[in-house]
Amino acid sequence: MATVSTNEFKGGLKIMLDGEPCAILENEFVKPGKGQAFNRVRIRKLISGKVLEKTFKSGETVEKAEVMDYELSYLYNDGEFWHFMNNETFEQIAADAKALGDNEKWLVEQDVCTLTLWDGNPIAVTPPNFVELEITETDPGLKGDTAGTGGKPATLSTGAVVRVPLFVQIGEVIKVDTRSGEYVSRVK
Amino acid sequence: MQNWQPSASIQALKQRAEIIKKIRHFFEQRNVLEVETPLLASAGVTDLHLENLTCQFYGPGFHQGIELYLQTSPEYAMKRLIAAGSGCIYQICKAFRNDESGRYHNPEFTMLEWYRMGFNHFDLIDETEQLLDLIINCGRCERLSYQQAFLQFTKIDPLNTSVKALQTFLAAHNQTDIAAQLDNETDLLQWIFADFVEPKIGQTVPCFIYHFPKAQASLAKINQQDIRVAERFEVYFKGIELANGFHELTNAAEQQKRFEQDNQQRIRHGKEAKPIDQNLLAALEAGLPDCAGIALGIDRLTMLALNHSEINQSLSFDLQRC
Repeated sequence: MATVSTNEFKGGLKIMLDGEPCAILENEFVKPGKGQAFNRVRIRKLISGKVLEKTFKSGETVEKAEVMDYELSYLYNDGEFWHFMNNETFEQIAADAKALGDNEKWLVEQDVCTLTLWDGNPIAVTPPNFVELEITETDPGLKGDTAGTGGKPATLSTGAVVRVPLFVQIGEVIKVDTRSGEYVSRVK
Repeated sequence: MQNWQPSASIQALKQRAEIIKKIRHFFEQRNVLEVETPLLASAGVTDLHLENLTCQFYGPGFHQGIELYLQTSPEYAMKRLIAAGSGCIYQICKAFRNDESGRYHNPEFTMLEWYRMGFNHFDLIDETEQLLDLIINCGRCERLSYQQAFLQFTKIDPLNTSVKALQTFLAAHNQTDIAAQLDNETDLLQWIFADFVEPKIGQTVPCFIYHFPKAQASLAKINQQDIRVAERFEVYFKGIELANGFHELTNAAEQQKRFEQDNQQRIRHGKEAKPIDQNLLAALEAGLPDCAGIALGIDRLTMLALNHSEINQSLSFDLQRC
């Protein structure tokens, strides 16, 4: 069992907590002048997605989570699993709905996603920060509107719904930030 | 790529220089003598939770080398000057602490330390308030005893509690894990203070917390009216611990006993015992005048004066760039 000391804590480090792999989001060193030092960390549980605060005595060690990220391109969905492929080894991995969570709506075939594997099994799928998707449904907007004011909902080819400027029309391809779910620009 | 650029802006460094100039003027007006004492010393500290950085000197007289301790504060040497008759003194110097690095910590930092003859801790609180007002225009500060602060924000009486009661308090606040890791009253009180009291005090003006429990006396006198507390105080402002002061312990035998107890605690916690500074004990034996002293972090004071959120914004080069 590999362990890490609190001195190795930093954003992104994966550790085990209550039997669940977790990622450290923030790590703060807290020390009363003449007292015991602590690490106050914000942690995301990688399976439940829950974010919590946790405090460790500085110098303690915790179990490292055998969690690895892989860059894989999205192939297809067979109704139950979503299949991804390593573009170099052509090895394929299938992720289930739980691992995918809300991110299914950002999956574009051939796009390279980050798959987080714990002990070899996918527990999270992170789409690229930006994806390009076609608008399949939106109200006809007013001409002459400039970006940044108001906007309207638009449904994209994957089913995702984002707010777009009024001038954007059905059939156009737009760029979306998957982290915020916000419209970025039209793609010519 | 080399990270050669400073962590502070040049503008911040100019303002920092102004602050230090004002501090020197403050003490000059009060006839407090500026001194310099060694950063390298033959002994370090015995505190359970303070670690010296050490280094080796090889040279004339020390063919085998001698281990020297970078000082965690200039306290011991300054007390030796006072015992030798210096009167009121101050110093602005570097101090070093191993293990400490973070948003409010850099292992090498700048400390202002001063001693006033004939002052008790309350006199020194008043003077510190004047200095803070000069630098950060804070006006009158809050004052709360350690017991009042605890009662007000946690309903715990820190002078009449137990390990079990403190662990129960933490468990009731969803902190069962940390409660289980802390097995003594002092560590538990310090954690609860840091997590439940510190964020509540000194948010608009600095807050002086005085009369710490005897177990946290450090180098302060025990209060004669209430022997459960020590004449030690700390200053907190906007979640930052800014200074620590004592009505200084002058009794050599008592000081030696505390150093020995520190070392026993270190051993209980699996750490090595540290050599006791015999020069300090000899100076106390020769006679330390009644006085009060305080150490104040200059980098943190600069942070507060300039509204910085991290200590490295007031340091020319922090640990990542040194």
